[in-house]
Amino acid sequence: MFTNETLSRIREIVSSEYVTNEPEDLYIYSRDQGVQDPHMPDCVVMPSSTEEVQEILRLASREQIPVVPMGGGLVLSGLSVPLKGGIVLDMKRMNRILEINEKSHYAVVEGGTSQGMLDAYLKKNFPHLKHSLPDAPPAATIAGNIAIHGSGHLSQSQGGFHSEMVTGLEVVLSNGDVVKLGSCSTVPYWFSRAPLPDLVGLFLGWNGTTGVITKVGIKLYPRPKLHDVLVYMTEDIDLAPEVLTRVINTETAEDINYALSPKPDYLNGFQMMVINITANSEDEMALKKKIIRDVLKDLYETKESGFMPVPPNMKTGFLEAPQKALSKFADVRRGGGFEYVGAIMPIERIPDACRAGMEITARHGITYSLGARIIGKGHCAMFFFAYPFNRVDADEVEKVKMALEDTNEASLRLGGIPWKAEVQGQQLILKQMDPGTYSLMKRIREVLDPAGIMNPGNWEVS
Amino acid sequence: MYELVFDPELCLRCTSVDCIMRCQYISMDLDEAKREHDALVRGEKSSILSQCVTCYACEEYCPYRNHPFYHIVEQQEKLGVHPIPIPIEKSQVVMMGPRGKIQPKEVRRPVIDMCFFSIMKGGIRGKLFEGATTIEGSDIFCNLMFLHFARNSTIKERLPRMIENIMTNYLTPSGIRELICYHDECYGTYTSWAPAFGIEVPFTPVHLFDYLYHALLEVKTDIKPLNVKVAYQRPCSNRLCPETDHFVDDIFELIGAQRPRRTYEYSNALCCGGVPEAAQRFELSEELQRKNVEDMKASGAQFSVFNCPFCFWTLAGPVAKAGMIPVMMSDLCLMALGQ
Ligand SMILES: Cc1cc2nc3c(=O)[nH]c(=O)nc-3n(C[C@H](O)[C@H](O)[C@H](O)COP(=O)(O)OP(=O)(O)OC[C@H]3O[C@@H](n4cnc5c(N)ncnc54)[C@H](O)[C@@H]3O)c2cc1C
Ligand code: SF4
Ligand code: SF4
Repeated sequence: MFTNETLSRIREIVSSEYVTNEPEDLYIYSRDQGVQDPHMPDCVVMPSSTEEVQEILRLASREQIPVVPMGGGLVLSGLSVPLKGGIVLDMKRMNRILEINEKSHYAVVEGGTSQGMLDAYLKKNFPHLKHSLPDAPPAATIAGNIAIHGSGHLSQSQGGFHSEMVTGLEVVLSNGDVVKLGSCSTVPYWFSRAPLPDLVGLFLGWNGTTGVITKVGIKLYPRPKLHDVLVYMTEDIDLAPEVLTRVINTETAEDINYALSPKPDYLNGFQMMVINITANSEDEMALKKKIIRDVLKDLYETKESGFMPVPPNMKTGFLEAPQKALSKFADVRRGGGFEYVGAIMPIERIPDACRAGMEITARHGITYSLGARIIGKGHCAMFFFAYPFNRVDADEVEKVKMALEDTNEASLRLGGIPWKAEVQGQQLILKQMDPGTYSLMKRIREVLDPAGIMNPGNWEVS
Repeated sequence: MYELVFDPELCLRCTSVDCIMRCQYISMDLDEAKREHDALVRGEKSSILSQCVTCYACEEYCPYRNHPFYHIVEQQEKLGVHPIPIPIEKSQVVMMGPRGKIQPKEVRRPVIDMCFFSIMKGGIRGKLFEGATTIEGSDIFCNLMFLHFARNSTIKERLPRMIENIMTNYLTPSGIRELICYHDECYGTYTSWAPAFGIEVPFTPVHLFDYLYHALLEVKTDIKPLNVKVAYQRPCSNRLCPETDHFVDDIFELIGAQRPRRTYEYSNALCCGGVPEAAQRFELSEELQRKNVEDMKASGAQFSVFNCPFCFWTLAGPVAKAGMIPVMMSDLCLMALGQ
């Protein structure tokens, strides 16, 4: 139980200016931008080292106090909201970039390092290298993103989810033990998870329920000099998987996104496939564009679909990473409310996902932006059903909540799995999960977090 | 509804078929050109309909001003030939559609019609435009771009309303009759397309070059000759008003710019490549861009001047990469005044 004594002990571990239980601070940490109900923490702590994290976890474990690790707090589905109170461990002070290995292409960063910081650091000091950025605001953290299997602008070309780009981790377990996973456990390098038994997965996709990530090794990739975009447009929902697959199979596109939105009105009813291409020379760029155009030639020659000319002002928007379009859309209803179901699903289900999204939003009388990012050279898609709302409009908040629930169900019906699902969504997934898997998850939780203090309420297996 | 003033008999009697024979994009001998064009005139299918890149040039080439291009567009629309993919066409119809948000405002001479593009308003400044009022936006947009989309119908539907908007909201209450058209497209609409379809234009359109030339004359003593070589990229819509083309030379003379000879200028001007890209003719688009830039470069030009925002958007990058400075005509004139 959290007491005044607990607070004083925490203040001894972390300098008191980085610990708070002021109501106005707690209020901020009790909610995110989504529709999930707020829950008050007992206190918020900002540790600055692995040792401080260890001590806090030892204390919390002894006193059975819930601990919720938090990065940017931008997940939108309430995953870093303290459902059962306790300590919010705000990781933002642990933001050092510890190593860039140019030859073996990885970075090692602390558990609170933001996407924006690593990107800016690389641009300044290693302009020929980059990591895969999600389209979340730059304050989102690398650890928070891999903890939920995030994805980003290199997910299509460089082999998948950001969690698949992790080369190693340092994690503090609920009892305060520190573990190193991947090559860094054995040698001073953070180059890969192989050839050792792969334990990294015990902390990826677990929403902070198995430990606190204090260091991450993450893959870096070349940052080509040139970047351009092609936008393919069609009215035919059922054509999208074919277009996407043909483009994917050329292996020339870096990032491939799909979008369908009723706003702006000139795009209502039209699907856009945004194909990002990078190259090191004009010739390479021209060749890649030609290859992509050629595979769609028989389609665009019918004039039923085709490449949209992109004027320079529009192009600037398409080329930025992270993309600001979704953030702008997030406030389309004013009041700053925004949440989305991201469902990881087979590419061929995109048309049905669109239909489901449109049907659900029409039924609930709300607006939408639908879209998808291709993951891992066409192995699946992260399909998002994004619903903005005005947070002072209680009625609208309720409608969005119901729409999100329906969307989770629809995603599962379509053969997809809701990603970074809120607690209700997690329960839906668990209900459908193979009992063996379910039971293994439970046993793993019991081993890693016997006191049940790590982000309780999430992935809760009874 | 508005009907194109087009004389089929004139075409059927025509032996030179200049409209097609001089076309830079359709390659036919005279017999084939005659056959295909006659078919077109009779309302039948013709390969001209799909080969046309909508460069507007045959409006200038026809010695009888029989509006061959407007006729092509009529036929494309009638026979369902879509030069540009349908979703892009539909989306543009909505994007460029009137928002109905126009409000009356007092305007002062000179009134500059910026077409749809408030983005180009930065060019309206300094001595040449002192006291000018600019007007722009979807509610006064000429809509002539829909010629590239085989949609005369959209222009017919919207243009009368646009003209009325300009009169009732701006010109009539302020007692002004002239409208300076920043973009050739508007000038071409009011002096060529509208009369060809019997739409009355109650104001006097003035081409930007005409305006600039006369405004420069008034401040002639302030001009510091630029002494640079400038290539001019003639836009498709200037084909609708070839009588204004001489102003380029006149202006250059006033501002002390040399115009090195290009292969692709005057009546031999080449499309910038922007529309063929939209028409999914990518190789042609790239070839046209390359030819234009190489031609400018070979002429020894240091600057490349444009009057069309679309040509500018298409070619500014390649021009700059080739070591020349892309600039709009209004800015070039202001440069000569040290502005
Ligand atoms: C406009 C917008 C666009 C977005 N686009 C994308 C996108 O393209 N791709 C994408 O992947 N996501 C996207 N997101 C979702 C989300 O913002 C990101 O995934 C973000 O990276 C989450 O990181 P965070 O630091 O904000 O995590 P938080 O919200 O702080 O936390 C997420 C989860 O991770 C846990 N956690 C956080 N830090 C740690 C740690 N150090 N150790 C253990 N567990 C931890 C938390 O407890 C929580 O369960 C978007 C969000 C918005 C608002
Ligand atoms: S449009 Fe003019 S040039 Fe062409 S066939 Fe008719 S009359 Fe001749
Ligand atoms: S508009 Fe241009 S491309 Fe089309 S027929 Fe006339 S000259 Fe040829």
